[in-house]
Amino acid sequence: MEQDLSAPGIMTSQLDAAIGWARKYSIFQYPFVTACCGMEFMSVACSHYDIDRFGAGFPRFSPRQADVLMVVGTISHKIAPVLRRIYDQMAAPKWVVAFGVCTCTGGFYDNYSTVQGIDTILPVDLYIPGCPPRPETVLEGLMLLQKKIQAQGRRA
Amino acid sequence: MKAHESRSYMLNMGPAHPAMHGVIRLLLMLEGEHVLDAEAEIGYLHRAFEKHAENDPWNNVVPWTDRLNYVSPLINNSGYCMAVEKLAGIAIPERAQYLRVISSEVSRITDHLTCVGANAMELGSFTAFLYLLQAREELYRCVDRLTGARVTTSYTRVGGVKGDMPADWPDMVRKAFEKVRSTVKDADGLLTKNRIFVDRTRGTGVLSKEKALAYGITGPMLRSAGVPYDVRRAQPYLVYDRLDFEVPVGETGDNYDRYLVRLAEIDQSMRIVEQCFAQIPAGPIQSPDQALPGSKMSDLGKRGMTADLLKAKADVDPTLEGGARCGRDSVMAPVPDATLPPKEETYGSIEGLMRHFEIIMWGRGITPPAGEAYQAVEGGNGELGFHVVSDGRDRAWRVRVRPPCFFNMAGLHELLKGALVADIIATFGSINMIAGELDR
Amino acid sequence: MSLELSSVKADLDAFCGAPLAARGTGFDTVWTVPAAQAHGALERLKSRHGFNMLADLTCVDLQGFGKETGAPSPAPAGARFKLVYRLSALDPATGLLNARLALDAWVDGDAGPVSAGDLFPCADWLEREVWDMFGVSFSDRPDITRILMYPEFVGHPLRKDYPIKKRQPLIGPPDGPPRERLTEADLRPRIVE
Repeated sequence: MEQDLSAPGIMTSQLDAAIGWARKYSIFQYPFVTACCGMEFMSVACSHYDIDRFGAGFPRFSPRQADVLMVVGTISHKIAPVLRRIYDQMAAPKWVVAFGVCTCTGGFYDNYSTVQGIDTILPVDLYIPGCPPRPETVLEGLMLLQKKIQAQGRRA
Repeated sequence: MKAHESRSYMLNMGPAHPAMHGVIRLLLMLEGEHVLDAEAEIGYLHRAFEKHAENDPWNNVVPWTDRLNYVSPLINNSGYCMAVEKLAGIAIPERAQYLRVISSEVSRITDHLTCVGANAMELGSFTAFLYLLQAREELYRCVDRLTGARVTTSYTRVGGVKGDMPADWPDMVRKAFEKVRSTVKDADGLLTKNRIFVDRTRGTGVLSKEKALAYGITGPMLRSAGVPYDVRRAQPYLVYDRLDFEVPVGETGDNYDRYLVRLAEIDQSMRIVEQCFAQIPAGPIQSPDQALPGSKMSDLGKRGMTADLLKAKADVDPTLEGGARCGRDSVMAPVPDATLPPKEETYGSIEGLMRHFEIIMWGRGITPPAGEAYQAVEGGNGELGFHVVSDGRDRAWRVRVRPPCFFNMAGLHELLKGALVADIIATFGSINMIAGELDR
Repeated sequence: MSLELSSVKADLDAFCGAPLAARGTGFDTVWTVPAAQAHGALERLKSRHGFNMLADLTCVDLQGFGKETGAPSPAPAGARFKLVYRLSALDPATGLLNARLALDAWVDGDAGPVSAGDLFPCADWLEREVWDMFGVSFSDRPDITRILMYPEFVGHPLRKDYPIKKRQPLIGPPDGPPRERLTEADLRPRIVE
């Protein structure tokens, strides 16, 4: 749709901005929670750190209905095909958040069973390092993601 | 109407499923709404803890243990270090023992709050989840103050704990406990006599005593079935034999009893912590000398003015809290070849520096004699055992974790046979399956 | 501990035909049984002496034990794997332990003893894990399958000769991080002659 319009005029850029604004404040995340980072994800989602004020309060547990795939926790080689399948099932526009250092690079799990960073199997939009990242870090990351969404930047 | 034939079909739940508390796969043979058989497939979070423990020096394994049962990391830390100390024959100071008990019990409270909260959320009570996690936040703040981290604490070391508790910590914990008590009372009011909650959890997921023992199930699951087995009572470790606490026991072994047992255990854990605060031996004596920052100490040392350094009081960076003599001597066993020296000695004397390097460098460090030891502690889910084998090197030969969740999950199919599909969620939530511990 | 282990040991010595090597005291008692009689010993302990709970079943790979330190390996000649059965005699009424016992069984090659699954149902999963991680098989049980690793995985990871970083990915790059990531070799200055 975006390629169809010949020149970026005032109407389309305003429309883009509006769509970006709407998308960034209505994030339906699919929390693919595996490990300890899930504890901090729960803390972020709950009342004290409250991800809901960023518009990301409703997790959607079906990939068909979600737009942000939050991969939370270590991904082992056994679960990697499942994760890829979930990513493939999501409809565009979709973003991927690598939550926790295990998903960014494998963390300190440099062993026979851990994927050394989910960017080896998925395109990642946001990396939130930390083991586990403090909720403040997660919120900072979320705001960066929102900036990215606003700019309509996405992969695939 | 002609007679219809009924057939069973297999339904796959997971491994990516919202109510699966992590990644686990349940294969269910269903006939309509009834579960004929269930099979659990695990291993989706296998992270090679036992292999890493063979590759990393003894103290370096402590961060790996945090990530086992990650809702109660301090219990894992304590259990592992106790197994190594048993093997090496190190006796830790009494204050360190009390600190391990206090931190373990605080961790147990966070474990039960998370389990009950998540279980309630899956049955529809999002409010109870939010309340209980607010209480957990307060405890995380206390754990953060004590250990430096909320979730992955790495608090214990072989020979003691990382550092002494700050002077204001007991008051901080007592205040947090007020919040925990009021929150648990609220959650209790929302759930315990709630018609929906009771209907869904009473009589579902019934575990009999015989089945529990046959499957090696321990912890709140076994206690809800009526067997008051608690490792803290059966095989007391640390200072549990001096503490007065009850072991809550259920009757029928259904999900409701497990919920009640966990709530009661939260209360008992708070009781234990309060007794520990009353009984704990005196802490570090704050010397009136002014503290010398580490940079100044190293400057003086370089200039050769080392005479007074050993007597000075080091003012260490908050990230090294517990490294100075003041916060260390009371909580670390004075074993020269196993525990780090206090910072005053490291900065102020060549022997201290050498001792520090000897313990940290790979290839050197703690070398327990060749042998084996097994230490069981009461984890959030039951008997958490560490079996360590040493061949005299600076790292373990084998570390085996006896994961309580493994046995709970092995017995899951017995709980689900004959249940309805709706009961699966209630039952699974009450098992408190933690994938980090199950798959290691 | 209210169960006297001496009479239990006498009974097991009689059953096995030879006195069992023993070490440890109290709750840390460890007896070594021949692998061939492990199942019988477990059955006797369960039915006659009240050891009603199998707390753990694990394996230790002793290949290369003591190579760096010179510590003598406890393995009898030729044996590599040692199974450890951990039993508890739990009193259901009081919740106290009457006794705790560990049984060491040296495995011949990698063919383990008869499965204890008929005595203790949890042994099914425990044996699967031992097989998955060490390759020690058990007889008289339904087909043993992997439990922690995926079926396509080749090898037994906790064996001493399995390198920790040897990955066998199902999807993604063949091994290790993608090429474009910097390695230590990239960060070292290259000396050009």
